[in-house]
Amino acid sequence: MIGASLGAAAYERAPEISALLAGAGRVDETRAVRLSAKADAILTLSGIGISFGGVKALSDVDLEVEVGEIRAVIGPNGAGKSSLINIISGLYHADRGRIAIGGQSFSRVPASRLARLGVARTFQNLALFGGLSVRNNIACGRVHTRRASFVEHIAGLPRARSEDAGIAEKTDQIVAFLHLESVADRLVATLPYGLQKRVELARALVAEPKLLLLDEPMAGMTATEKAEMAGFVRAARDRHGVTVILIEHDIGVVMGLSDRVAVLDYGRKIADGTPAEVRADPAVIRAYLGTAEGENGEDI
Amino acid sequence: MAVQALDAARLPVDWVKLVQKLALPTALFVVAYGVVPAYASGYLVEAILLPFLALSLAAVGLNLLTGYCGQLSLGSSAFMAVGAFAAYNFNLRVEGLPLAGTMILAGISAAGFGVVFGLPSLRLRGFYLAVSTLAAQFFVQWALTKFGWFSNDNPSGVISAPHLAVAGLSLDSATGRYLLSVTTVMVLTALVWRLVNSATGRNFIAVRDNETAARVIGVPVLRTKLLAFAISSFIIGIAGVLWAFTYLRTVEPAGFNLDRSFQILFIIIIGGLASIRGAFLGAAFIVVLPLFLSRLGAFLFGGLFDSGVLDMSQRIVLGALIIIFLIAEPSGLSALFDRLKRRIGSRSS
Repeated sequence: MIGASLGAAAYERAPEISALLAGAGRVDETRAVRLSAKADAILTLSGIGISFGGVKALSDVDLEVEVGEIRAVIGPNGAGKSSLINIISGLYHADRGRIAIGGQSFSRVPASRLARLGVARTFQNLALFGGLSVRNNIACGRVHTRRASFVEHIAGLPRARSEDAGIAEKTDQIVAFLHLESVADRLVATLPYGLQKRVELARALVAEPKLLLLDEPMAGMTATEKAEMAGFVRAARDRHGVTVILIEHDIGVVMGLSDRVAVLDYGRKIADGTPAEVRADPAVIRAYLGTAEGENGEDI
Repeated sequence: MAVQALDAARLPVDWVKLVQKLALPTALFVVAYGVVPAYASGYLVEAILLPFLALSLAAVGLNLLTGYCGQLSLGSSAFMAVGAFAAYNFNLRVEGLPLAGTMILAGISAAGFGVVFGLPSLRLRGFYLAVSTLAAQFFVQWALTKFGWFSNDNPSGVISAPHLAVAGLSLDSATGRYLLSVTTVMVLTALVWRLVNSATGRNFIAVRDNETAARVIGVPVLRTKLLAFAISSFIIGIAGVLWAFTYLRTVEPAGFNLDRSFQILFIIIIGGLASIRGAFLGAAFIVVLPLFLSRLGAFLFGGLFDSGVLDMSQRIVLGALIIIFLIAEPSGLSALFDRLKRRIGSRSS
């Protein structure tokens, strides 16, 4: 909610700022709008590069994500999408470049502080806690808010109990939001794949993040499950105002869901814009379909 | 009025639930404090119940570390030794220290030790961590033999249990030692049960099941691992005190060798990882197995089945069982128990 209203405020301010900047005679108006977005960017990547054993997974990638938007990052296999999300969440450390999250700038994001920075993520291959129930898996998503020590937990002292109660309430809300009531007390390992993906989304959402990173949330799902998941992601943004970065292999899924789409190919950003712009971009078409124009002309 | 009516309607249901919930603990309590002290023979207490209780407690401790937190340790016996020798020395050197104080201080000593030897877990995983906990095993045995101070300069490093008393009441008899043992085990097991069902326990499981995801959602992974080592070693240390003071009465450092560490690890594998009940089932199994084998062997082969053959056959049976359990029932006796209960339940209904 807060995120959404902030985003709106930024749009209202935009003309004012652009006027100021135009007055200074430094930049044209489109650039000014971009700068105003920067002032309200929740995440700014600049010049990110990483290589693994001489193979450049990402080189000189810039990305700016506005508060409240659903931003897709797409690209063919091996384009560096997962590397990008792992750099943002601090699991990989970039060789070059800086990452600014909500105004704090890092060259290496500290993964252990990620939750407190207001960032939550899901994983491409499920990363749930198989030995815990669905409800407890979700409750773990708020572990960063806990302060009570193990002694307080064993003795059941007031602080531990009030934390437990608060987290149980938030967990129940998310369980209801994602329609997980019927399986809430089952061991998460016993659920079908699609539901496990949904539990992972729930565990990320319960943290009430400002920025949500989804690494292929729809991979391996049926068409119905994909549509359902897309609905949940949109609802999460609309209701909770969370900014979403969505990594997706399947270009079709994200077009209807995202506000803007960035396209990676061989570790470089080759396009960035609205779904319509990106779909029409020749470089994107080339990346996805190969250089088909050479054989068939422009009719692709 | 409506609210009162609702309460009244709900009350009987709550009573049924309460009775169901309290039935098992009450039964255990009656058996532990009523039936056993009144009817159990000296042999049953000395040869079966006392080692069973000490090993159960050690297994509960190791299960916390290995079963719940996923950190494999082969140093359990070393932590038992630290507990036993620390208790001996605190009792010897601190005038008027009550028994409970001695045991808690012994547990804290073992916990400190556990944290130090748990530090490699921040870097190492699985098999490599297990090898590094072997260092604890060899170091402790070496230090206790090398420095006479630990055993009050006894030439063979043997320590003897002191006079045991709580509030002036002597506990030196078999029944007294049993009561001390069973009370300690019950209290600590209850605390562990609270712990594993709390947020801290869920952090342990999160670290075990997916360390990367745990770190990203904000579980303090390093602190959680060291806490698991500390609490686990605390409990295993107190199990060592029980082993030395209530069961064997005289122990030497060599009594806490690698075999004992493996024995405790086998208990939790056979009983069931990440299950408190499994620790008790596994310990009962390990304690009763040799007795059962010797009776069976004597019955089948008569005089041919001597102690050497017994020892050998025990190792073979145990080894085979561990392989069978790891393949067929990784969740151990505890899961078998559950399945049996369900089958009986479905047949009766």
